[in-house]
Amino acid sequence: MREKLVIVLAGLAAVLLAYNLHHMFLVLPNEVSQDFIFRIIFFHVPAGIVGMIGFFVALIFSVWYLAGGDLRYDSVAASIVEVSVVFSIVNLVTGSIWARVIWGIWWTWDYRLTSQLVCVLIFVGYVMMRRAIDEPTQRARLSAALTIFGCFDSVVVWKSIEWFRNNHPGPVLSIRTGGGNMDPDYERTLWLNFLALLIIGAALALVRSRQESMEREIDSLRRAAHV
Amino acid sequence: MNLFTQAFAVARKDLAIELRTKESLNAAGSFAVVILVIFSFAFESFSDEMKEFGGGLLWLVFAFAGALVFNRGFARELPNECLDTLLASPLSGAALIIGKAFANFAMLLVVELVSIFTFGIFYNVNWLSEAGSLTIVFALATWGVSILGAIFGALTVNLRLRELMLPVIIYPLMVPILIAAIELTNEVLNHRPIGGQMQWIRVLVASDIGFTGLAWMLADTILVN
Repeated sequence: MREKLVIVLAGLAAVLLAYNLHHMFLVLPNEVSQDFIFRIIFFHVPAGIVGMIGFFVALIFSVWYLAGGDLRYDSVAASIVEVSVVFSIVNLVTGSIWARVIWGIWWTWDYRLTSQLVCVLIFVGYVMMRRAIDEPTQRARLSAALTIFGCFDSVVVWKSIEWFRNNHPGPVLSIRTGGGNMDPDYERTLWLNFLALLIIGAALALVRSRQESMEREIDSLRRAAHV
Repeated sequence: MNLFTQAFAVARKDLAIELRTKESLNAAGSFAVVILVIFSFAFESFSDEMKEFGGGLLWLVFAFAGALVFNRGFARELPNECLDTLLASPLSGAALIIGKAFANFAMLLVVELVSIFTFGIFYNVNWLSEAGSLTIVFALATWGVSILGAIFGALTVNLRLRELMLPVIIYPLMVPILIAAIELTNEVLNHRPIGGQMQWIRVLVASDIGFTGLAWMLADTILVN
């Protein structure tokens, strides 16, 4: 069932991504002031949002694990965190490429950039910590606690462009500004690409959580063999 | 016994052990001084610019020295099954974590005191006239890093790579506290009132309250084993 779902999601994402790529590169005109490079926003912003949603979904699964002690929730949370880290890195890299073209520099210690980098570092620490713990329940409990602390920073990343005015552009999407900051056709493409990346993220998380469950199974078999 | 009485009992125990063995204070204090000496070769130590990045230098030293202190916090309970005994005692998890944080706080403040004197002498910076403001900044920021050190010291105490994992996990979480502390310390070293930088004081207070609240809530979960 899970394999079929992954195939369906991957197929859906491929079709949507193909449509989006065609639309953003061949249909939409260049942006007036930023020219061609503006198109990077179609990957930069959706990747950032997918990464952030992932961290909060992982937070929910982590709290569920702490409440019920079911290791399946821990596997799901860990899979989602790993995928979210990848999307957050995509967000940082695409932002950096955009900054090099528009600002002339790869990086600046802006509040949004810094908080996002810190968020990635926290969750990279999470992935490393999981590798360093052999005992599954201890690993799950500590991972859940670290996710809760990490999401503290995710809130700062999310709100930083409202709290602090710095180099990073302010909010442009209609859901935050009420509209008028972005051409509707551009915004529609951005949301469609968000959907494509979200589906890819969900498919990757499903594959990863399957690996986690198998790892847990093998581990319990190994323990049973030793007893 | 209420939570704070229990926490103070844990802190008193840790500080008594530390005063007898001095293992954390000696290591962290001498490490801090060595780092300050090495940095004096890297920078023009008598220039006025020193006041502009003195805060950064000091908090870098405190963060590195802090990791040494935090690593020992729970690790000193491992021999003779002391941690198991503590967990089997009527202490609540929150009292144990907060007590460890109190001990971290006191030890880190001693390291900071040693460092700021060394810094004043080696880098020719007069900070004594601003001792009041500096105390407020150091106290607020040190509590934030101490509570993080206590909770993640507990998280990592049983890990194979404890000494490596603790800094990897806590330094990113410390970033908001370190940024605010560096900005405020620079203001103080330049003899400017910290009242003009209220946003950074708010960041410190919010981090202190937020991290203490999370540590309080998660203490029992983390200390189950």
